[in-house]
Amino acid sequence: MNIRLIWSVAKSLLLARWRQTMIAAIGVTFGITMFITLLSFMTGLNDLLDGLITNRTPHIRLYNEVQPNENQPIKLFYNSTNSLNFIHSLKPKNSLLRIYNYNAITEFLKNDERVLGFAPKITSQVFYNVGSVDLAGVINGIDVEAENKLFMFSDYVTDGNFMDLKYIPNSIILGKGLAEKMLANIGDVIQLTTGKGEQIKLKVVGFFQSGLMDFDKTQSFVTISSAQKMLGVSNNEITDIQIKLHNILDAPKLAKEYSKIFELNAIDIQTANAQFETGSSVRSLISYAVGITLLVVAGFGIYNILNMMIYEKMDSIAILKATGFSGKDVNTIFILIALSIGIFGGFLGLLGGFSLSYFIDQIPFNTAALPTIKTYPINYNPKFYVIGAVFSVITTYFAGFFPARKASKIDPVIIIRGK
Amino acid sequence: MENNQKIILEAINISKYFHDPLTIKVLNEVSFCMSKGDFVSIIGKSGCGKSTLLYILSTMDTDFEGDLKIDGISMKNKKGNYLAHIRNEKIGFVFQFHYLLNEFNVLKNVMLPGLKLNKKSYKEVEHDAYEKLKILGIEKEAFKMPNQLSGGQKQRVAIARSMINNPLIIMGDEPTGNLDKKNSEIVFNIFQELAHVYHQSLLIVTHDNEFASKTHRIIEMQDGKIIKSS
Ligand SMILES: Nc1ncnc2c1ncn2[C@@H]1O[C@H](COP(=O)(O)OP(=O)(O)OP(=O)(O)O)[C@@H](O)[C@H]1O
Ligand SMILES: [Mg+2]
Repeated sequence: MNIRLIWSVAKSLLLARWRQTMIAAIGVTFGITMFITLLSFMTGLNDLLDGLITNRTPHIRLYNEVQPNENQPIKLFYNSTNSLNFIHSLKPKNSLLRIYNYNAITEFLKNDERVLGFAPKITSQVFYNVGSVDLAGVINGIDVEAENKLFMFSDYVTDGNFMDLKYIPNSIILGKGLAEKMLANIGDVIQLTTGKGEQIKLKVVGFFQSGLMDFDKTQSFVTISSAQKMLGVSNNEITDIQIKLHNILDAPKLAKEYSKIFELNAIDIQTANAQFETGSSVRSLISYAVGITLLVVAGFGIYNILNMMIYEKMDSIAILKATGFSGKDVNTIFILIALSIGIFGGFLGLLGGFSLSYFIDQIPFNTAALPTIKTYPINYNPKFYVIGAVFSVITTYFAGFFPARKASKIDPVIIIRGK
Repeated sequence: MENNQKIILEAINISKYFHDPLTIKVLNEVSFCMSKGDFVSIIGKSGCGKSTLLYILSTMDTDFEGDLKIDGISMKNKKGNYLAHIRNEKIGFVFQFHYLLNEFNVLKNVMLPGLKLNKKSYKEVEHDAYEKLKILGIEKEAFKMPNQLSGGQKQRVAIARSMINNPLIIMGDEPTGNLDKKNSEIVFNIFQELAHVYHQSLLIVTHDNEFASKTHRIIEMQDGKIIKSS
């Protein structure tokens, strides 16, 4: 088959009806543009919403739970296999839920290749004193640098400099909602009461806004050492180890593993936030469905126009066949026409999709809940462009398939006789 | 002269039926031969089956009984691709209507079957096409589009196209049927010239007895049968 000749015939047929060809191509362009914009925008939104959780949430959290000791003193006296001890109203010992073997765990995690990093934390219930009112809340003692590296702490400190927490002694960063309730400004000194009843004064160096309202209304941050001082515990005692992994999907498996090794509670991010996964996947499913529907509609447009073209070009097809073009040649001509429409329209669609999503990316989008977001979120994943390109070619190929076959089956005798 | 005696086309007991609305036998055991260089005309009343026969002889219609040999090879039970190739290489066809492709200029129209044959370079085919147009005296129109030509000119372009691959035989189904007296004469003279100067084999269906009388051989048909072959 002489593909150059076939292509030159296809091109002439295309250009002879360039207006219709354009309309068919615009259909594809529109479909691909919307497909890409929709997916970029939806995925951007998904990432944003997921980021709300995943940025702030460790992949695995190691902690101790309030639970009574398994080995109660009575065991020392009556410990035989053929007797049972019943103890009523058993209570846990009043103590901080601390992790004792912190140094050993640190060593282990440092040597585990699957771990990206970890940050120790000490949390405790406190009361924030506002005049005569006490607000219940939680204070977090953090390693400022590790927290920033793994959980983008600085992104969420909307006012003040997060590093001041480290450099200014007895400083605190308050949740935005909490600060509003306490009428506290940066530079003010606030007072809080620890669980043990001690009163402590701290200087406000910044505000923290996570986007989760409940969180911002109760939480505040200090350094790990000042938390330990406040709570009167030794300087290697903490309550939580937050771990980030290289691969988030390893979390459930590793959580089980660590729980066994360290004899601690370990919870993975998937278990802690199951609902987010489903939300994201439903949203992208909808985007794909709408995008593909648009492309299929565009495909029908091409199908119609090709059918019309074949009807109009009946004579030309008959003469091509009478002068020696085979059915296969004619078939190839119309497939080429369809594919050119698809490739041309699809290419414009990719550009259009990029432009439109870039435009959306510039639209201001300010919301109190999301301090780091200034414009609508867009995800420029090249995957969408590849899928868009592949789909535009596939749909146009199928749109061209039946008309092309019809054209290749045209019997020149019937056409010539019909004149 | 020996070469001229070579049989190029042979119809052997060709019968053809149409089944719609009733089964009728349109061609009834038609047999005849054509040698290289023959100039043959087919005449007969309207509806006697001339066109039907020509479509079979040109391999476009494969639904018939009997056998057809072109250049000594039977065309029975051959694949569509093969028949397309035979049409391309060995048969030139001129229709009553010109059937040029309006998307291409005159020269390209003439070139298309040559390019399809793909035996010569683009330049060579272009040169050949121009030569054919010269023979037909319309080389000046080479770069016009078909719709810028008169009916007679279009028909001459169609003849040039049928000649591009130097076919074994050129068939025409009332090639002058759609032309006025003057243009018909021009086209007739061209066929005469092709036959006598270039020794081109020609098989032409016509209604014009005067034209037929100038050909080497007249085949007269009636009701799907050859009744006279001089
Ligand atoms: N598709 C068809 N279905 C049924 N009958 C047909 C069909 N095509 C042609 N016929 C019949 O076959 C017969 C021969 O037709 P054909 O076209 O070969 O005649 P013709 O000799 O070329 O006539 P004309 O000189 O008018 O062109 C006619 O009686 C016609 O009615
Ligand atoms: Mg006829």
